[in-house]
Amino acid sequence: MIATNTNERLLQIAVLAFGLIAPFLFPAYIQQIALLWIMILFALTWDTMGGQMGYNSLGNIFFFGAGMYICAVVQIIVGGYDVGEYTAAFGAIKVDITDTQYFTGLFIGLAAAAVGCVFLSIILGFFFFGLRGPYFAIGTLGIALAAGELIGAWRWVGGGSGISLPLYPGSDIFPGSADEEGLFFYFLCMASAVATFLFFRWLYKTRFGLALNAIRDDEEKAEGMGIHTMRYKTVAWACSSFFLGISGGLHGNIVHFIEPLEVAFPTITFGIFMVAMSLLGGKGTLWGPILGAVLFHVIKEVTWTHLLGWQWVALGLIIIVNVVYFQQGIVGWLMERFPERFGIRVETDATAQGKGGAD
Amino acid sequence: MWGSIEVLLSLPAYNVGLILNGLCVGAVFALAAYGLALVWGVMNVKNLAQGEFVIMGGYLAWYIAKTTGMNPLLTLPIVAVLMFVFGWAIYVLMIRRVVDKDLFTSLLATFGLAIVMQQALNLAFGPEVQVAQFGRGSVSMMGGIVSILEIKFWAFGMCILLAGAVVAFMKFSRMGQAIRATSQDARAARVMGINTDRVYAFTYALNSAICGAAGVLVAMIMVIQPYYGVTHSVRSFVIVTAAGIGNLPGVIMSALGLGVIEQYSGFVLGAEFQVATVVVMLLLVLIWRQYQASRIRQVVR
Amino acid sequence: MGNVIEVRGVSKAYGGVIANKDIDLNVADGKITGLIGPNGSGKTTLFNSIVGFHPIDGGSIRFDDQEISTMRVQQIARLGLLRTFQQTRIYGKMNCVQNMLISIPHRKHRFLDMFGHSTAADREKADSLLEFVGLYGKRMLPAGDLSFGQQKLLEFAMALMNEPKVLLLDEPTAGINPTLINGLIDRLKRANTDFGITLLVIEHNMRVIMNMADTVYCLAHGEILASGAPEAVQNDQRVIDAYLGAH
Repeated sequence: MIATNTNERLLQIAVLAFGLIAPFLFPAYIQQIALLWIMILFALTWDTMGGQMGYNSLGNIFFFGAGMYICAVVQIIVGGYDVGEYTAAFGAIKVDITDTQYFTGLFIGLAAAAVGCVFLSIILGFFFFGLRGPYFAIGTLGIALAAGELIGAWRWVGGGSGISLPLYPGSDIFPGSADEEGLFFYFLCMASAVATFLFFRWLYKTRFGLALNAIRDDEEKAEGMGIHTMRYKTVAWACSSFFLGISGGLHGNIVHFIEPLEVAFPTITFGIFMVAMSLLGGKGTLWGPILGAVLFHVIKEVTWTHLLGWQWVALGLIIIVNVVYFQQGIVGWLMERFPERFGIRVETDATAQGKGGAD
Repeated sequence: MWGSIEVLLSLPAYNVGLILNGLCVGAVFALAAYGLALVWGVMNVKNLAQGEFVIMGGYLAWYIAKTTGMNPLLTLPIVAVLMFVFGWAIYVLMIRRVVDKDLFTSLLATFGLAIVMQQALNLAFGPEVQVAQFGRGSVSMMGGIVSILEIKFWAFGMCILLAGAVVAFMKFSRMGQAIRATSQDARAARVMGINTDRVYAFTYALNSAICGAAGVLVAMIMVIQPYYGVTHSVRSFVIVTAAGIGNLPGVIMSALGLGVIEQYSGFVLGAEFQVATVVVMLLLVLIWRQYQASRIRQVVR
Repeated sequence: MGNVIEVRGVSKAYGGVIANKDIDLNVADGKITGLIGPNGSGKTTLFNSIVGFHPIDGGSIRFDDQEISTMRVQQIARLGLLRTFQQTRIYGKMNCVQNMLISIPHRKHRFLDMFGHSTAADREKADSLLEFVGLYGKRMLPAGDLSFGQQKLLEFAMALMNEPKVLLLDEPTAGINPTLINGLIDRLKRANTDFGITLLVIEHNMRVIMNMADTVYCLAHGEILASGAPEAVQNDQRVIDAYLGAH
């Protein structure tokens, strides 16, 4: 655990309080802060695979995009349209659905996105968990790239020209608010990120967390000790893709328009941000990815517009510097610096009791 | 799609055209793949910026040819030298620090490098698709049914020449021998007094030069665009994964095979499936390798 | 008492190099069996064949009257046949207690047990085993920070935590300070007597194996050279020749 229990509790309360107040304090930045919650979700779910289990996936963004498409298709179906006709008309259909249809569609869509991504992860796990180290990274990168290309050629879901999603109807959840839709999705994003955090926090405290770390440290040994490695790996990927699917569905509805290469499967933007954020904060820790996501996102949003076309160069440089010179990340660095704070210590009294050992 | 297959079945000459085209293009893929196998085998660096090196070489050739009026094929030695220097600089700046780190580090660091290079190329040359004009027409064969750009044959010849030169270099020169020794056992090589840091630098620079040369040919027989590098990187990984590291004949065969497969998929499915074909090939090769490994109770690592 | 492991006619070649040729070997239930032989005689290859690390070229390996030569490593481990590694392998970034807690016997696990918390009994057992090997004071340190000898002891404790029926130990005393070897022999014997674990031990140190084993097999050039009681094998002229290189 990163800090003593009281400190962590305070941190949680602070983050939660900020999350609840922020949209009202900075109404102009609702979308950016909502995106920050998605980034936190990204970093947490990537870290389950890359940080805790040592399976560095470069293609986790696949589940984001898959969730986005599944959610969209379900929303269209619940809205009473034929998906093929809807996408073929490319926005020419005047979407006319009731409020109830919209909200049921959205929530069934999000649930379907989550469950669908779990299924996809199980199938992909079956085919790709025989790959280790760099091969897994390249293979998952391939999955994300292939998904973008193949969806782009699939007419039924709109191909390369994408899908416009039904618009948010007026409702009275936040009476008197100027940006009702923004608030609605903001709180959904926040809720899913918080749920992700609480879920993984619980998960890492069970045997599951230990097994993931064992697989990371020495998978062959773990097999030799009889750990059901395939089972753990599959479930870990499934958990991670469950939340990624939801985030995809939400993001699709926030941007209203989805298409395969830039929005749904943005391998070299969101896909690599996940990795960069986890590494920046410190992979394999609970709070590291969150810290990394916040820092990364804030730096990015603040500096982006001032870089005039050089922002992507800057992004690449950040990744290089991060990976090459500062791999342990912020929390990892703190652990090296202050090991006692993290419970790494020799108990001298106890050594006396348990004497008669080696050296 | 079925129409295209019918054409292939009824007009066998079309197949000849596709295969010849595929072999010429595949030969160029083999160069970049060999470079990847080299850095992978010698210094255990998975260079995800491989495709960007190719595209950068292509842009250099295109730019030199455009500004000086040279034939792009003649710029090949200049580009190779420039890319050699570039590769050496990249090694000194970043690769040196990832060589002995864990495997994911090199992959991610070079992915970062790929992003930087894409964007830098985009800022320098703009996002338009470019072709370096070789300026000689096509060769007609089989009564005009098959017509192949003359440059493709030149490219094929250049590939054989370059590959032969590299193989001879590895075999007979002192540096080549040092590279091979280091790839077998870096520690032993160090103990024997080989400056492995220099060997690594040279290997990486050599890879960069090979990619640059491949890029010159790519600029003439295909098209270049700042973001097209990813596909070339994936191609290199497909080829090396299928062949295994340190298997030169395997690399050549897989590269030629990939070239032919791409031509067929382009003809049958359409040009928009070009990238998809390459990436799906990568997934298939990885699955196949796992199946092979699992039969001897192993995994692909 | 019966044999818990029966190896019959097992062969294994790496390319052209024959590492094991037609090996027959029995491990008696509840006993300590030793496996000796010069470097490169195929001892570790045989170990790897038994635990399913690689496929064998021919022959049969039975564990508890069950053919295991085509099973995978995890399945074999879950049957209760465990091995330690010559180059010690532990989970380096986890602390000793975590290393122990994840080494609980997984054969009893059903799907939902993945999400269970470690029980108080597990923790107690982990602590007592760590004390048994003398690592209690260092239990909160990352296992990777321990010395080689300590890691070896930790690996041994992890194996005991798993409650195997049979434990295959690959050179348990290699790299351990000679003054501590007696303590280690004592612990191995106690693992056998107190915990009832059958042991198959690869060992270079003759003194260790003569002290411990009930039966000894000697391997040379991939074949069984001699087998029987320790004294008999030790005095066998062929074994002496093999060790002195007269072969």
